[in-house]
Amino acid sequence: MSTLAIRDLHVTVETDQGTKEILRGVDLTIKTGEIHAIMGPNGSGKSTLAYTIAGHPKYTVTQGTIELDGEDVLSLTVDERARRGLFLAMQYPVEIPGVTNTNFLRTAKTAIDGESPSIRSWTKDVKTAMSNLKMDSSFASRNVNEGFSGGEKKRNEILQLELLKPKFAVLDETDSGLDIDALKIVSEGVNRAHDNTNLGVLLITHYTRILRYIKPDFVHVFVAGRVAEEGGPELAEQLEEEGYVRFVSEGEADTDAVLTDDETASVG
Amino acid sequence: MTITETEPKFIPVQTRSERFKSSDVTDFPAVTGREVEWRYTPAAPINDLVDNGLNGAHYEYTLTDVDGVSARWIAMHDDLVARAGLPEDRASAAAWSGTQEALLLTLDGELDREVVLTRDGLGAEARAAHTVVRAMPNTVATLILRNSGQAKLAENIEFIVEDGARLTVVTVQEWDDDALHIATHFAQVQRDATLKHISVTLGGRLVRLNPSIHLAGAGAGTELFGAYFSDSGQHIEHQVYVFHDAPHQRSRVTYKGALQGKSAHTVWIGDVLIGQNAVGTDSYEQNRNLVLTEGAQADSVPNLEIEIGDIVGAGHASATGRFDDEQLFYLQSRGITEDEARRLVVRGFLVEIVQQIRSPELEEHLQAAIEAELATTADGGAR
Repeated sequence: MSTLAIRDLHVTVETDQGTKEILRGVDLTIKTGEIHAIMGPNGSGKSTLAYTIAGHPKYTVTQGTIELDGEDVLSLTVDERARRGLFLAMQYPVEIPGVTNTNFLRTAKTAIDGESPSIRSWTKDVKTAMSNLKMDSSFASRNVNEGFSGGEKKRNEILQLELLKPKFAVLDETDSGLDIDALKIVSEGVNRAHDNTNLGVLLITHYTRILRYIKPDFVHVFVAGRVAEEGGPELAEQLEEEGYVRFVSEGEADTDAVLTDDETASVG
Repeated sequence: MTITETEPKFIPVQTRSERFKSSDVTDFPAVTGREVEWRYTPAAPINDLVDNGLNGAHYEYTLTDVDGVSARWIAMHDDLVARAGLPEDRASAAAWSGTQEALLLTLDGELDREVVLTRDGLGAEARAAHTVVRAMPNTVATLILRNSGQAKLAENIEFIVEDGARLTVVTVQEWDDDALHIATHFAQVQRDATLKHISVTLGGRLVRLNPSIHLAGAGAGTELFGAYFSDSGQHIEHQVYVFHDAPHQRSRVTYKGALQGKSAHTVWIGDVLIGQNAVGTDSYEQNRNLVLTEGAQADSVPNLEIEIGDIVGAGHASATGRFDDEQLFYLQSRGITEDEARRLVVRGFLVEIVQQIRSPELEEHLQAAIEAELATTADGGAR
């Protein structure tokens, strides 16, 4: 049993207009096997939370802590965090020229496990995982994400999730831009990882659609850089009917904190 | 030896086939840096290599002992000299004019082992060299040119690939950091013969290596590969020229370079000329560069001239990609350390070329050398 604990997290980002505080005191605790949905309007800081957990250099933590089983995550490098068991499925996965998916996956697996996977079982694992995600075998020999469609990139993220077997996965708007078939495939992958490895999931989404396929235990509504309301799955249903109007009007007092989603999420 | 052009030499040459040629350095005006063939090359370091008066004495070399291989020095007026081409720039002409005798390497038969010619003791004096490699008809051979140590060298190497021969040439430049090397590789590929030419350049302050391939015979073919790694202050240049001059020929040109560090500079100019005789030509050239850090510059210029309509295919491509912070973040977020991430990217990028060598020992050595390049630059704080 592991615990990822976020306490009073304040995060700033440098913009053309100066330093902006995006997260303003986030408290969140996730345990092994739990699925938490983080929902909220554009610009509420959801993606910032995802990238801050992963350690993207663009974001500066000015206050608060993130701990994994009591260890200070914020003092770890990006790769150390991954090796401790944190995983971020990105909204905009990056293309890596010159590196085949096969080579990338094996290198990542070796880095995470501290030893090379046995060739025979690894090849089989990759094959099975790709087939489960309905990925053509040609993706193995193609360069990482190069020329992949949006949906293919998302599947490739979930492929990594299933193969690297982290303790906690942050899924940053994995549902965005997916058609219904791809959404189902991707959701099944997340559920498999959850069932097989007791993965803890932080599912960041703007829409409730993905929650039909991945059932959250907890729902947190994010507004203007902090958790405005928390509840069980019923909160998601309520949001589906009412939208974010109630929260956004509350949050409008903090206009400074409301960047567009593009701004908060644009790490590309 | 001079070929007189109908055009006066001071008028800019429009097509590659009409470019002025001469083996006499005095036929070329002083290099200003504005010439089409010099515009990307830093002028100052090469001053000593574009003038008369280079030391043209025999150069030191070692040659592996392989059956079917012989070496001797021949006069520059020997019939075997200038078969594969004549200088089109002043450095090549300076090397030609400055050389006293050419080293002739004759390869005959189906050689069972690689021939390795090593030059490791050229020294810091400005010098000229000329080498003629002749692959006799139906010869199958691999020649590896290993260049290391000090050098301030302007040279020409000719490859005469006779009918039906299959010659593989691997030229490896691992010179000292302050070395200067300007080389033109002329090749004449005769009927149904093939030349596979692989250039790997890692070391040297300035290396400019221009392969100029004349596909002379029907059915001749060539594959040209290049891999290069330029770090801080290093200039690596290739001007590749393939002239299709007879029917049913095939050429492929693939050069890939990695750049890391401030003022790392690479230049690739790829000229392909499909001449009036070259019915049924199938040609493709490409250059890819991977820029690893800010401040590095990759120039890439593919040119294609087609003088005949009846060809199978002709194409070119050029792309320069960056390894940036977002890619680094992505790889690190999968547990891969920063150093490993760079190694992964550069290895993956250049391996396609290095694998073409088909010599496991040399391939392994070059992979290690490429990784050492990465480490050296990183330690040097150039990032």
